[in-house]
Amino acid sequence: MSRFIVGRALQSLLSLFVVSLVVFYAARLTGDPTVLMLSEMATKEEAAQLRAHLGLDKPITTQYALFLKQAAQGDLGESTRYHRPVTDVLTARFPASLQLGSVAIVISILIALPIGVYSAVHRGTALDVAGRLFAVLGQSLPLFWLGLILILIFAVWFGWLPAAGRGGPANFILPAVTMGWATTPAIMRLTRSSMLEVLESEYVKLARIKGLPEWKVVWKHALKNALLPVVTFSVLLFAEMIAGAIVTETVFAWPGVGQLLISSVNTRDFPMVQATVLLLASLFVLGNFGVDVLYAWLNPKIRYAR
Amino acid sequence: MSVTDTDVLLDVQQLQASFLTAGGCVNAIDGVTFTVRRGETLGLVGESGSGKTITCLSLLRLLPKASAAITGGRILFEGEDLLQKSDAEMRAVRGGKISMILQDSLTSLNPAFTVGAQVAEAISLHQGIRGAKLREQVVHALRRVRIPDPETHLDDYPHALSGGMRQRVAGAIALACNPSLLIADEPTTALDVTVQAQYLQLLKDVQRESAMSMLFVTHDLGVVARMCDRVAVMYAGRIVESAPTREIFAHPRHPYTRALLDCLPAVDGPVHELTSIEGQPPDLAHLPAGCRFAPRCPLAVEACRAYPPETLVTPQHRVSCWRASELTRTPSMVTVDSVGASQ
Amino acid sequence: MSEIAIAAEAPARIFRRRRIGLVPWLPAVVLVTLIAVGVLAPLIAPYPPLQGSLGDKLLPPAWLAGGSWSHPLGTDLLGRDILSRVFYGARTSLGVAALAVLVSGTIGTTIGLIAGYFGGTLDAFLMRLTDVALSLPLILVAIVLVAALGASFANVVLVIVLLLWPRYARQIRGETLALRERDFVALARIANCSHFRIIRRHILPNVVPTLLVLVTLQSGYVVLLESTLSFLGAGIPPSTPAWGLMISEGRTVIETAWWVVVWPGLAIVALVLSGNLLGDWLRDRLDPTLSRTR
Repeated sequence: MSRFIVGRALQSLLSLFVVSLVVFYAARLTGDPTVLMLSEMATKEEAAQLRAHLGLDKPITTQYALFLKQAAQGDLGESTRYHRPVTDVLTARFPASLQLGSVAIVISILIALPIGVYSAVHRGTALDVAGRLFAVLGQSLPLFWLGLILILIFAVWFGWLPAAGRGGPANFILPAVTMGWATTPAIMRLTRSSMLEVLESEYVKLARIKGLPEWKVVWKHALKNALLPVVTFSVLLFAEMIAGAIVTETVFAWPGVGQLLISSVNTRDFPMVQATVLLLASLFVLGNFGVDVLYAWLNPKIRYAR
Repeated sequence: MSVTDTDVLLDVQQLQASFLTAGGCVNAIDGVTFTVRRGETLGLVGESGSGKTITCLSLLRLLPKASAAITGGRILFEGEDLLQKSDAEMRAVRGGKISMILQDSLTSLNPAFTVGAQVAEAISLHQGIRGAKLREQVVHALRRVRIPDPETHLDDYPHALSGGMRQRVAGAIALACNPSLLIADEPTTALDVTVQAQYLQLLKDVQRESAMSMLFVTHDLGVVARMCDRVAVMYAGRIVESAPTREIFAHPRHPYTRALLDCLPAVDGPVHELTSIEGQPPDLAHLPAGCRFAPRCPLAVEACRAYPPETLVTPQHRVSCWRASELTRTPSMVTVDSVGASQ
Repeated sequence: MSEIAIAAEAPARIFRRRRIGLVPWLPAVVLVTLIAVGVLAPLIAPYPPLQGSLGDKLLPPAWLAGGSWSHPLGTDLLGRDILSRVFYGARTSLGVAALAVLVSGTIGTTIGLIAGYFGGTLDAFLMRLTDVALSLPLILVAIVLVAALGASFANVVLVIVLLLWPRYARQIRGETLALRERDFVALARIANCSHFRIIRRHILPNVVPTLLVLVTLQSGYVVLLESTLSFLGAGIPPSTPAWGLMISEGRTVIETAWWVVVWPGLAIVALVLSGNLLGDWLRDRLDPTLSRTR
């Protein structure tokens, strides 16, 4: 298994590297931040001075090398918008995203898994059909629109829940449901199809032959095997989750890293954009890596490979 | 024809099971009747699709609910009709009184659990023991199926074991609670020939030790000769002939049985050519009205348009064929083309 | 209760297994309608998309108090007719989807065919490339790239293409690998056909069903992606009507003018849902082995 892990780790690093390169160059292409930072009456010399100060006058490869060097030392630069070290802003914002993300994932799994299992076990019944339609509908909804509709219904029309902003438990509900929605339909469908396959297997038959009650056959014997493809699939879901975070935080004005990204892009805050993308990409890569390790551990064939 | 001997463990009467297929409702088994006594091994022989596996699953009432159901008959086990039992009662029967070994152990053992865990589950389910005592029982069960150094294999996963070992584990699971009836559905088909012999010997020894009955499903007549006291031959969902093993090998009375035996190349004489049975097994959705073997039978006559009743050749030997009494020659002298086809 | 008793009671009921066939008609009709709307927008829209007077701003839909049938779905912040803008938005979204899917499908299929057919180091290299491309978080890169290159129709398509082609490549490569081993390919090689000819005449036609399914399923995804990018301000520029943009603009007035947000959203859902349903149906008919989650 260690060989497997090392291989995946290397691949992760490569991805991270590529992302940082892309972002670095792309951010530079978005335009000259000095334009936004200086007033219109600034002279060319002042602009040049500022550029030199920000290190923008050096060739781009030098800039990148410098960036890497500084990053390795934990210095990700200073935000041109907030005038504080980027790391400060990020550490202030990160917990908000983390909290929302965790709640969203939990809600997502809690909803999707049982429905998927139930759908598979009671295949062909009205509830199964409803569940599947629900899932397809879910995959056809734009996340940002779902969030807005939820706000419309629950905050504007009924007034039960707050429309935006971070706060107490009530503030979590709508954003978490919205963000969870990025992954719920996919998990639901995958669990269902995976379970359907597993339920046809010989070992499930044997479990029944042993005399096990049906619930144990389904939830112990079948599910453990059915979850394997779902876990692997989670790799793709991480991208959805990050997208979901960005969109949800924007819609609900949740002060997290996702919203920070959008606003930084809009204000041409290079260091911030770089750092934020790197952070999110690292999370993504780390998440995938974690899923790969989890999969290896769950699958006895890899865990105990000789 | 039901026998109310206390000696009889399993008495299946006119069992009928239907399947829903693309072509409609189909009787997969139709009027299957047989008995198994305590301590005896009944072989169930037939081609694929003859209904052997469905019969076994029906005994345990494990037909897939969405597409199949038992639609007739009685299954008397230890005097009680299994078809009248509740779900909870059946669960106690499964694994505890009647258990089953499936054909391919690679797919029938759960790949996500260790061998030890799977055996332990079978034991604790019916005997309710846990902890160290359970572990002891698991080791004992593995030892019983002659797995060397069972303690070392408790934490192995199925894929780490050889085919023969895995099938032994399957045996351990099935035998864990000392069932009165063991159904073995082609347990050696997926094994190497040398391993087969050992496995069969193991089953025989266990049976002798515990006076267990066996229902042995196979298409291999060699295995039948070795393992079974009596044989029932199935074709297209019905039993066409049943007799003690010796009797059926020496004096087969149904053309299908005879043809099956003819397919075995003779060991003692020159082999002129390999015989096979012409034709295909019938489509269960479109069965002939009379004898189901008639379309392929070299001896078919007008009378075969009606289904032949069961006749007794001897009290132990039953056959369903209009011409049973005419087929008195020994198998090796009867080939498919030496008997005049009369259609 | 006896199993036979249950069976005897209602033989038909035992076998009641509702087959859930996704009726292809409804989604197909909706899809065709939307495509027609998009294509014919300049002809059927009551107003030009950018025309609006502030005096007419935020009029509610016709059946509500204050609304009128001259603006059936209401107007937005700038007094523009929402119905017309929804029509034109269809044009935009379908345009992006069609173009993106076409281009990424072509690139991806080509790469997939080459990788799968020739195998060896070429395959390994191309697949490594595909893996890296697939491992990038789509939306992150999209946001940054569009922000970098500027918001425009062309750039959105470009970005989506860059991010989408690996999916085609992967799938087609798998199919090609399998097809390559088939007899008719071997026969063609014996007959001395050129590689290119083999790919074109023998492998490509067999890959078409999968391609068709992928295309249909991906179109919905592209529409979602495009509208999300537009919503976030990293997609279509405000000069062009786009559903995501409309929703983004309507956000500020959601409490008083829900219609600005609702109608474009429903349009998106209608388009994507019918695409997904149709794609699912196609997949069930043509290639059930494809992954069942997207």
